[in-house]
Amino acid sequence: MSKEPLLTVKNLRQHFKISRNFTVKAVNGVSFQIYPGETYGLVGESGSGKTTIGRSIIRLYDPTAGEVIFSGHKISGALKKDTRQMLRKDMQMIFQDPMSSLNPRKKIADIIGEGLDIHKLYATPVERNAIISSILQQVGLSPLHATRYPQQFSGGQRQRIGIARALVMNPKLIIADECISALDVSIQAQVVNLMKDIQAKTGCAYLFIAHDLSMVKYISDRIGVLHRGYLVETGTTDEIFTSPLHPYTKSLLSAVPLPNPHLEKKRLLLPYTATEADYEGRAWRQVSATHGVLA
Amino acid sequence: MTDNILSVRGLDITFRTNAGDIHAIRGVDIDLPRGKTVAIVGESGSGKSVTMKAVTGLLDDNSRVNGGQIIYRVDGKEIDLLTLSQRELRRRINGKHISMVFQDPMTSLDPTMTIGAQIMEGMFLHQNLSKKTALQKATELLQLVGINEAEKRLKNYPHQLSGGMRQRVVIAMALATEPQVLICDEPTTALDVTIQARILDLIQIVQEKMGLSVVYITHDLGVVAKVADFVSIMYAGKIVERGTVEDIFYDPRHPYTWGLLSAMPDLNTTEARLYSIPGSPPNLLHEPPGDAFAARNEFALAIDEKAAPPFFQISATHAAATWLLHPDAPKVEMPSALRARIERLKEESGHE
Ligand SMILES: Nc1ncnc2c1ncn2[C@@H]1O[C@H](COP(=O)(O)OP(=O)(O)OP(=O)(O)O)[C@@H](O)[C@H]1O
Ligand SMILES: Nc1ncnc2c1ncn2[C@@H]1O[C@H](COP(=O)(O)OP(=O)(O)OP(=O)(O)O)[C@@H](O)[C@H]1O
Ligand SMILES: [Mg+2]
Ligand SMILES: [Mg+2]
Repeated sequence: MSKEPLLTVKNLRQHFKISRNFTVKAVNGVSFQIYPGETYGLVGESGSGKTTIGRSIIRLYDPTAGEVIFSGHKISGALKKDTRQMLRKDMQMIFQDPMSSLNPRKKIADIIGEGLDIHKLYATPVERNAIISSILQQVGLSPLHATRYPQQFSGGQRQRIGIARALVMNPKLIIADECISALDVSIQAQVVNLMKDIQAKTGCAYLFIAHDLSMVKYISDRIGVLHRGYLVETGTTDEIFTSPLHPYTKSLLSAVPLPNPHLEKKRLLLPYTATEADYEGRAWRQVSATHGVLA
Repeated sequence: MTDNILSVRGLDITFRTNAGDIHAIRGVDIDLPRGKTVAIVGESGSGKSVTMKAVTGLLDDNSRVNGGQIIYRVDGKEIDLLTLSQRELRRRINGKHISMVFQDPMTSLDPTMTIGAQIMEGMFLHQNLSKKTALQKATELLQLVGINEAEKRLKNYPHQLSGGMRQRVVIAMALATEPQVLICDEPTTALDVTIQARILDLIQIVQEKMGLSVVYITHDLGVVAKVADFVSIMYAGKIVERGTVEDIFYDPRHPYTWGLLSAMPDLNTTEARLYSIPGSPPNLLHEPPGDAFAARNEFALAIDEKAAPPFFQISATHAAATWLLHPDAPKVEMPSALRARIERLKEESGHE
C-alpha cells in the first residue's frame, strides 16, 4: 500500500443525545483508510454504527469528534464552500432502500440529473440528455426509461437508478449502504457484477456496507469489522477470513448461513457478549502492514 | 396423514390497475404441517408476500380473489379464512392465532408512538394484561431479540433505532401475542449474521416450546437451509417446485431452482462474475400462454410455449412443474457447475 489513501478516517466519534440522561454513543473512535480504486467492506452487528459512519463521512451528520480527510482535504469540521462542492461531487452514497430514497414525483431523468444541475456539469440540455442516456445504458437500463417514474420499476431496477444517480457524478468514492440486501439473489448478482464492471472502468473506490459475508468476501479487497461502535479488526479479505483474530470476527464468521441444510441444522455458533465497557481504553495492535486488531 | 395447521388451495388473485388486470397469483397450493417450518423462495414480484397477505386478510383494496381456499385448522375445526370478513379476521384470528412480520418494518411501526407502547398494544388487545406485567413482558421480549438497554429503548421512537433494531422490534411485537402460526416476510434481511442467527434460534426455541408453525419468506438460501423443513419455490404467481429442504438443495429438478441456487455466492465463490438468471420475470398484465419461465429457460422445450406444465411427482415429498420431467422429454441434467457445488456441499456435510 504505497499509494496515498483516498479517504482517511481518524478517531471518528458520533454521539446522539436522546434525552438528558441517555446518549447513544454510535461510533467511538473509529479509524481506517480507503485507497483509490479499492473496495473496503464494512461489516458488523446491527446497530454497531455502520450507517452512521457512512452518513458522518458524507456529512449527513456532523461528527462529534475526529477527523476525516478525503482527496487531501479535511472534510470534518467547518467546511469551506469549495470543499463542500468537491465533497458533493466526488463522494456519493447509494442507500439501502431503493424505494424511499427516490422521489416518487420526479422522472428518472431528473433524479439522475439533479447532481448535474446543481454542479452545472453540462453546457446544453442536449448534452444533459446525452449524459443521462449514457449512464442509463451503463447500468443496464434503456434511455427510454428516462421519462418514467420510480414506481414503474422493480426493486432491482430501482437500485440501478440509485447507482446511476451516484455514478453520473463520476465520483472517486461511493458509499454503498446495504445496497443489495433488499434484492433477491439473482438481482443481487446483477448489481454486484455491475458495480465491479464500473469499478474496472472508472477506478472508483467503494465503501461497501453489508451483512451478507459471502457477498462481502466476494467483492471486497479489505474489510473492517465493527462492534458496538468500535472497529475491532481490519485486514485484507484473506486475512479476515482465513486468520481472524478478534473473538467477534470469529463469532461473525461462525454464523454465516451456508446453503447446506445438513451442515446448517447442526451448526453451533461461537457466542460473543462483550459490551462497550469492555472496549474502553483498549489499544490497537497492528499485526502486519495490513492486519490490525483491537487488543 | 400429516396434520397441516394451514393449507392454501388453488389460490388465485388479480389486481386491478389503470393498465389492466395483473394476474399475480395463479393457483397456489401450500401446506404448513403443524409445528414445522415452510420456506417460500422466489424472485422479487413472484407473489410471496401477496400469498401470505391473503392469509392474514391484508390484501390491498384493488385486489380480487378469484378462487381458492385458505384452511386454518384449530381445535378440531376447519375455518376457511377467505370466507371471514376483515373485521372477523382481525378480531378472531390475527395476533391470537396468526401473526405476521412484514417485509418493511416501517410499515408495521407507527412513527409517532414509542416502540414500548406499540409492543404492549397487542398484549392489551389479546391478553388482558395489566400495565405492569405488559411492561415487564415487553422488556423481556426486547432482551430476547437481542436489544440492549431494553428498558431505555422502550421509550425510543422508531427513527431513533437502526434498521436492524426496528426489524427486531417488529419480531418482538409478533411474538408478544403468542400466536399458533407465525408468518415471517423477510424478517432478517437487515440483520447481521450473528443477530440473524440469534433470531432464527429464538423462533426455533419458541417453536419447540409452544408448537409454533412458521412460514418463512426469504431469498437468502443460507437461511432457508438453516430453518426450513419444507421449501416451496415460487415463480410468476405459481409454485414451481416443492419438497423437503434436502430435496431442494441436494436434488433440485426445476431449471428455475437451478438458477436460484447457482446465483448465490458462498464463501468459496471466486469466479470473476456471479451467475444471474438471464432476462426478467414476465409481466403478469399479459400472462404468457405456456410455462411462464420458458423465455428465460435455456432448457425450454417446444411445448413450454403452448402449455403450462403440471406437477410431476418425484417422490412422496418432492414435486416440480416442468415438462422436463415428462417421461417423453429429453434427458436434461442440471448445469455442471451446480452439480459440482452440490457434490461439494454433500461432501462437506459428510453425507454421500
Ligand atoms: N438519528 C439518530 N438519532 C438517534 N440515534 C441514532 C440515530 N441514528 C442512529 N442512531 C443510533 O446509533 C446506533 C448505530 O446505528 P446505525 O444505524 O449506524 O447502525 P448500523 O450498524 O447501520 O445497523 P444496521 O445494520 O441495523 O443498519 C444505534 O444505536 C442507533 O439507535
Ligand atoms: N396493490 C397492488 N396492485 C397491483 N399489483 C400489485 C399489488 N400488490 C402486489 N402487486 C403485484 O403482485 C405481484 C406479486 O407481488 P409480491 O409483493 O407478492 O411479490 P414478492 O414475491 O413478495 O416480491 P419481493 O421479493 O420483491 O417482496 C407483483 O408483480 C406486484 O407488482
Ligand atoms: Mg444500517
Ligand atoms: Mg415480498
